[in-house]
Amino acid sequence: MIITQKKPLEEVLAMVGDAKTVAVIGCGLCASTCQTGGAPEVEAMKKTLEEAGKTVVVTDVADACCMKLGVRAKCKAISAAAPECIVCMSCGDGVQTIAKNCTGIPVYPANNTMFLGEVARVGIWEEACKMCGDCVLGTTGGICPITQCAKSLVNGPCGGQKNGKCEVNPENDCAWIQIYKRLEQLGQLDKLSMTRPDKGYEKVAYPRTINQRGKKA
Amino acid sequence: MSILQEALETGKFGVTAEMAPPKGYDFTEQLEAGKLLAPKVHAVNVTDMQSASLKASSLGLCIALKAAGVEPILQMTGRDRNRMAIMADVLSAASFGIDSVLALTGDHPVVGDCKDTKPVYDLDSVGILNMLSRMEQTNCDCGGNEIAGGAPKLYKGASVTPVYEPIFLQINKLRQKVEAGAAFVQTQGIFDLDAFKRFLEQVDAAGIKTHVMAGIIPLKSAGMARYMNENVPGIAVPQEMIDRLAAAAEEGKAKGVKGLPMKLGMEMAAEMIAKIKDEHLCDGVHIMAIGAEKNVPTILDLAGITI
Repeated sequence: MIITQKKPLEEVLAMVGDAKTVAVIGCGLCASTCQTGGAPEVEAMKKTLEEAGKTVVVTDVADACCMKLGVRAKCKAISAAAPECIVCMSCGDGVQTIAKNCTGIPVYPANNTMFLGEVARVGIWEEACKMCGDCVLGTTGGICPITQCAKSLVNGPCGGQKNGKCEVNPENDCAWIQIYKRLEQLGQLDKLSMTRPDKGYEKVAYPRTINQRGKKA
Repeated sequence: MSILQEALETGKFGVTAEMAPPKGYDFTEQLEAGKLLAPKVHAVNVTDMQSASLKASSLGLCIALKAAGVEPILQMTGRDRNRMAIMADVLSAASFGIDSVLALTGDHPVVGDCKDTKPVYDLDSVGILNMLSRMEQTNCDCGGNEIAGGAPKLYKGASVTPVYEPIFLQINKLRQKVEAGAAFVQTQGIFDLDAFKRFLEQVDAAGIKTHVMAGIIPLKSAGMARYMNENVPGIAVPQEMIDRLAAAAEEGKAKGVKGLPMKLGMEMAAEMIAKIKDEHLCDGVHIMAIGAEKNVPTILDLAGITI
């Protein structure tokens, strides 16, 4: 899941600036779960904007703001209401997709997009994947060294752990000690013995597009 | 062939020291220390912004030391440089006759003094060693392109932390470093020879063949020892040493004499070095005096070590 955090309201209001009419769109997927862009948050944003003297002309929650075709109808409705700006309560991907669909109207993000992570429990999200493009989890006991190691080391730990905790943030476990323990438990310690071939960064030069259609998108 | 390589490969007891470039551009103090060290050690490591604290570059001081007749070891971390920058610095170093390199992953910027720095870590220590070995084998750069005039021959080293739990991970990584081309390894500071012996047995048991240089940190005070125990990963100063340093401080106070703990620290370091050599525990020592480099010749004299 894409984990988002609300921006400070002052920052959102500063972006809205002098605009008098505003549309607010939330997202039914990740941002709803993160409580940053579901129906209650959209309603709260409407109230805040109204308290700031704005007229909120449309509020809506898209199934997924990041679906370019899926949000087209909602974007048409927003464009028809002709607000001076749109506040989008999704991740950064959703903001861009809405902006593509609502050309001519400025779209402002209500959230900061933090990371790809898991819902550890309600209200607690933990980063889990750096989307490195070449998953190594099969050799690391299902623990990601690219994400869980602050240096993204692929060949075992640095010398910086103290009592099993990371030098970068002593609240975090050393990823490689966790990997060691998990592989030991799985009887797969031999997977630590090989040096990983350097995968390089050529393949992750961004922005990337994946096309599975076999023809031009 | 590097002087350190020649010493270690001919079975001599290798001796290296270490110094940091200044946070500034005046190398006078480092060059003075270097001249004192030159006749006493095979080479001097120049740190690469250790503890992620900003200093003049390792390459810069290495060049200055080399010109002053001191044999430097270029420390290279992956923290601030991608593979191209590391290779470029190594090639530049080689053009000045600097042929020894120590590869390290590097402390993370957030533990240092320029915390907003973007960490790089394109390559870790194993990756740096592999890249340099491949360069030597193929005479090609990190992109597979031919290097004009061929690749320089380097004596490559790495570091290891003997006090580490689980030790399997250190031994495993050490093996990877050696397989990647580390011909010598310098250890984190050791204070307990029995623990060090157990570490060396594990290295042997794993069939790892490299030259091990025991890290020696001359203690300056009980406070320094306690601080390192608390804050420096892989450091474990035994309580008995701390008590002796504290007693020396008390004695100094009573007698009105300054510097007794520092003197004791030097004696303890010398005693450890002498034992390591006499008992043939490993191939040499690496003395990290942390700012007190001028004491290193005295420590070596006390230990009866000449090169």
